[in-house]
Amino acid sequence: MVQMTINGKVVKATEGEMLLAVIRRQGIDVPALCDHAAVEPCGSCRMCLVEITREDWNGWKKYVTSCLYPSEDGLIVTTHTPELQEIRRNILDLYMARCPGSELIQKMGEEYGLTRTSFKTIPEGDNCIMCYACTRICEVLGRSAISAVRRGHAKVISGPFGDPPPDCIGCLSCAHICPTDVIEWHDQDGVRGIWGRTFDLIACQQCGKTIITRDFAEYLKEKRQIPADYFDICDDCKRVELARKMGGLVDQAKEVAS
Amino acid sequence: MRIDSIEKLEKWRKECRRTFEARKRKVIVCLGEGCLANGSEEVFNEFKKQVAEKKIADVTVESVAKTGCHGFCALGPLVIIEPDGTFYTKVGKSDVAKIVDKTLVGHELIDKLLYTDAKTGEKVADYAKIPFYARQQRISLRHCGTIDPHKITDYIAMGGYAALGKALTAMTPQQVIDEVTKSGLRGRGGAGFATGKKWATCAKVQSDIRYVICNGDEGDPGAFSDRTTMGSDPHSVLEGMIICAYAVGSHQGYIYVREEYPLAVVTLQKAIDAAREHGLLGEKILGTDLSFDIKISRGGGAFVCGESSALMRSVAGAVGEPRAKYIRSVIKGLHDRPTVLNNVETYATVPAIIERGADWFAGIGTKKSTGTKVFSLAGKIKNTGLVEVPMGITLREIIFDIGGGVPDGRKFKAVQTGGPSGGCLPESKIDLPVDFDTLTEAGSMMGSGGMVIMDDRTCMVEVARYFLSFLVSESCGKCVPCREGLYQLRELCAKVCDGEATEDDLALMERLAKTIQVGSLCGLGQSGPNPFLSTLLYFRDEYLAHIRDKKCPGGVCRKLITYSITDACTGCMACISVCPVHAITGEKKKRHVLDTNLCDRCGSCYAVCKFEAIEIS
Repeated sequence: MVQMTINGKVVKATEGEMLLAVIRRQGIDVPALCDHAAVEPCGSCRMCLVEITREDWNGWKKYVTSCLYPSEDGLIVTTHTPELQEIRRNILDLYMARCPGSELIQKMGEEYGLTRTSFKTIPEGDNCIMCYACTRICEVLGRSAISAVRRGHAKVISGPFGDPPPDCIGCLSCAHICPTDVIEWHDQDGVRGIWGRTFDLIACQQCGKTIITRDFAEYLKEKRQIPADYFDICDDCKRVELARKMGGLVDQAKEVAS
Repeated sequence: MRIDSIEKLEKWRKECRRTFEARKRKVIVCLGEGCLANGSEEVFNEFKKQVAEKKIADVTVESVAKTGCHGFCALGPLVIIEPDGTFYTKVGKSDVAKIVDKTLVGHELIDKLLYTDAKTGEKVADYAKIPFYARQQRISLRHCGTIDPHKITDYIAMGGYAALGKALTAMTPQQVIDEVTKSGLRGRGGAGFATGKKWATCAKVQSDIRYVICNGDEGDPGAFSDRTTMGSDPHSVLEGMIICAYAVGSHQGYIYVREEYPLAVVTLQKAIDAAREHGLLGEKILGTDLSFDIKISRGGGAFVCGESSALMRSVAGAVGEPRAKYIRSVIKGLHDRPTVLNNVETYATVPAIIERGADWFAGIGTKKSTGTKVFSLAGKIKNTGLVEVPMGITLREIIFDIGGGVPDGRKFKAVQTGGPSGGCLPESKIDLPVDFDTLTEAGSMMGSGGMVIMDDRTCMVEVARYFLSFLVSESCGKCVPCREGLYQLRELCAKVCDGEATEDDLALMERLAKTIQVGSLCGLGQSGPNPFLSTLLYFRDEYLAHIRDKKCPGGVCRKLITYSITDACTGCMACISVCPVHAITGEKKKRHVLDTNLCDRCGSCYAVCKFEAIEIS
């Protein structure tokens, strides 16, 4: 365990635990757009910047992204100085120019007193904030089907060479993790479409509801040692069946008791 | 032949020296990139041909030698005749016959090809007396221009790998680290981190594998010193890396070179092969327990891959994006192993330090920035090329005494040091001593030693816009302040150039620049606003002239200037022939007329007019 000071309060944390988690545990709201519990931190949004210093730094301080900075003994952390708020405001200002249609960004901007961006709106801008959450979750799943391609301002999330990603299995993890809901997908007539590709959906053998793409099911069976018949029936029907079994058990128990 | 002991190395050296010094009279032709581009290979072949035909007593075909870059690129192709050191400039294929007849056979000088001293107007025959060379002190570039980079025997003859021999047999790894620490050597890549301290940290980390990487991804526009070192003296880089491997305990090294340096890649590969063949790389180097090999990793030319963490990702085969370096790469670098990463020039300097001692090196330069530094002189300067000078020398000495000052009688305006992430320093700062800390204090930085000199026809706002554009296209795009911020800063800068910006815009730019500086993930973003901030610091009046008066004092920004032809026009038709939009009309020997409505303000007429008859207002 290490001991640190956060906004004047002494707190304890596990050594190496990232600052952002410790800060949030104190009930302090530090914004972050690219942070997600399911993926490794990457420090791209810069919203979670905090000021750190130490007794022996003689007044010297620096800004670090709290999502990536490991807790260490004696650290003095400040989360909401006027300078930090100014940086966060300016970053949101830049986001608003890039993603004029994003409700999330618009709402966050308003919290910092921004009604419209101070900068030139990017004509080709979309609601993607390039937080890498989608590429990181895809990597966690072991597919890395999509990645950030090109450089700088032209950077986009894409399959290899701009083509539909051959390694995609249509699992929707990217779409679900996206904070600005920018990844388009649809399920229609037993087929799922995403990233310019289509996938067959498996239907529940009992109720007929679609469950999962065939590619994703095969991948899970192979990599996660899931039983071969696991995706024959949907979760809802499994629950119903379980309830029926449980009910039977209860009845049996009653009979035994009486 | 495998050299497996110091004794064998020294024996081999004697043979190499004998061959190297066998011919007293030598014709040395520079085949560095600058001279090569001006046709020096043809000159070299012509010398071989002519010398073979003429049968001169003391000059044979073997006496015609090629070397890497001599540094004085502005005057290439360069030819030096030893042992007199006769220095011929701008030698063409057609000059060769004359040189052979007059100088090689007749021992006469050819005035036309000699260097003319800009100050005295006198011809200088001996290259050691030319101010460009006389004022230099070469450590990192010590062999550039004297040896054939493709011959390991040349390097051995000049004392090569002696430092390695000394380190391996007479010093412990800790003593090597102590020596480098004591020398005060600071990283030549730009940040100036203490090399010895870096090595010491890496050596202390518990790990079975450690890596040594050489950063040859020199990407600053106007910097070309690492290219020269890699292409003209590759073995000194290898030797420095092997010494480092011994000091920190590494078995594998990588040289990261940009693909745009094809000559350097070829030369380095040849050098690695030769070193391996002679037992200087690979298993049991020089018969000792050290085993170390080097691979070349070719980069795709991304500026950001010069940043250490991005470079390591690129070497590992991933996308070259930086990571936050809260855990430093000496502790967790390539493949999460402790990694020492140094610049080309740093490694090339190491053998000299080991051989001649830390005290010798520390005695050169200033107290906090020891030794020498290579600078690439480019832009509006007479002597374009490479110079190596002791730290602490003033900008004035580099630019005016060695560099020959600004050409065409123009006035010096500013010097950009440290590449796009550096800054522009005005004339008032020209007497500053050049060292790591002074340049940083002045709002610029040492960087990789690029110096772009600008004259009074330069618009500083346009310069800022240019460098920002470079950074916008080279930003990796991972973090927001750099990706979006630099883009918006460039757009605002362009607005100033177009005369459409307000003072509020300028305030917004300053606010944004601060956020990019403190908010960006890596050094590229953090130093990204420097071109804007340093020009604003020293040339705020130029920004205000664009904003308040809608005028461009440098006469560059197209939307704020008009061209016209004055009475000085002699009717030479030169401008008519270069105007791309046919905006100039007139007859021979009669004053030409420029149609302002048609004029595209490209400046072609201004550049071509010899009578200063084109006026910008």
